[in-house]
Amino acid sequence: MSELPAEGGHGAVPLADVPTGVGVPAPEKEWPLYEVFVRGKRGLNHVHVGSLHAADDRMALLHARDVYTRRNEGVSIWVVRADAITASSPDEKDPMFAPSGDKVYRHPTFYDIPDDVPHM
Amino acid sequence: MTLTETPTDDDLAAGLEAGFEATIARNDRIEPRDWMPDGYRRTLVRQIAQHAHSEIIGMQPEGNWITRAPSLRRKAILLAKVQDEAGHGLYLYSAAETLGVSRLELTELLIAGKQKYSSIFNYPTLSYADVGTIGWLVDGAAICNQVPLCRTSYGPYGRAMIRVCKEESFHQRQGYELLTTMMRGTDEQRAMVQESVDRFWWPALMMFGPPDADSPNTAQSMAWGIKRNTNDELRQKFVDMSVPQAEALGVTLPDPELRWNEERGHHDFGQPDWEEFMQGVKGNGPCNAQRMAHRRRAHEDGAWVREAATAYAAKGLDTPRSSLGGNSTTERTGR
Ligand SMILES: [Fe+2]
Ligand SMILES: [Fe+2]
Repeated sequence: MSELPAEGGHGAVPLADVPTGVGVPAPEKEWPLYEVFVRGKRGLNHVHVGSLHAADDRMALLHARDVYTRRNEGVSIWVVRADAITASSPDEKDPMFAPSGDKVYRHPTFYDIPDDVPHM
Repeated sequence: MTLTETPTDDDLAAGLEAGFEATIARNDRIEPRDWMPDGYRRTLVRQIAQHAHSEIIGMQPEGNWITRAPSLRRKAILLAKVQDEAGHGLYLYSAAETLGVSRLELTELLIAGKQKYSSIFNYPTLSYADVGTIGWLVDGAAICNQVPLCRTSYGPYGRAMIRVCKEESFHQRQGYELLTTMMRGTDEQRAMVQESVDRFWWPALMMFGPPDADSPNTAQSMAWGIKRNTNDELRQKFVDMSVPQAEALGVTLPDPELRWNEERGHHDFGQPDWEEFMQGVKGNGPCNAQRMAHRRRAHEDGAWVREAATAYAAKGLDTPRSSLGGNSTTERTGR
């Protein structure tokens, strides 16, 4: 049974040598990918929850409601075409975030205040 | 940085690999745009894809009873449960896509029979009691598998699992409550429940996969933090959880070897029929052909709807931005 690892939610599925489709270009007719952001309740930011495919913006919004908010998980949804997002690259993590890394004086803990000074 | 020598490609690859290993060792999460070994990526795609396919195919056995649910209450519950399974499939396809595959491609691979789904869904639902038994045992077994996956090393997979697990609790409880209600009914209804449990107990145990001794890939997946417990550990946990639930329900589990082992602090139990399991995996299970034919038909029957929506979007009737150019998986994953 060596070809039968059983990892995954419902288990017991042969995975060895199964084609993955990695690197295969998306079929032409595939709808564009949208990223979905949901505001859980008033007072909170919209948070990324996942993605979906839709033919247009309005369909993306309706699908987002059905896929990501079946149990009052949100009061507001944003959808945005994934190809419209500009992201920092993990490869340039060091130069990208270095400017904040060495500025310890931006943190309150950098400053020594005598213990007997109240409310600080 | 002093660049006295230009690093070679090998140096760079070793650095990337070391970074990946360090992230795993810190018990930190790998995120989509991080470098990862090809084997890790492919193992994840295979696992997440079969998981997604299982959720989607898994709608069929229970969907079979939606039109014949005995009351409006039961029908509404079953509809919501089956709709959740569709949602689970979509969360998982979404996670798989962050690894550089397209959902449509995965669907095509399923329909072509090149990617598989869990054998548990190849068993028929012969009586309405099966709706309850599936919720209790099949969703129960899935919960045992999925809870540890919430801490899996790949971020998007773990996050999808957290959403799934929140919903599974409803699935299991509605099933168990359905069975409890039937057990309070007539002798005939009680017999239906027992008969259903007799049919589903062993297939539920098979869901954890072959014994550890026969599952060499488990070791690699555990090292990568993709899997957190072995097949046998999870199976034991499931049996220990189910025994008192069966007692409370008033059914017997069909295993003559099942008994409490004081020394181990666990139940001893028999082995499922692995030959039957292998037959199911090879496509010879009771409903394999039917499940695949149904999935294929649903995909083909939906083609005109997808085409119509595409045409509508192309006309820009809905929003000013309606171009359907290129899929964006590439940009998103950096591949
Ligand atoms: Fe599910
Ligand atoms: Fe479920």
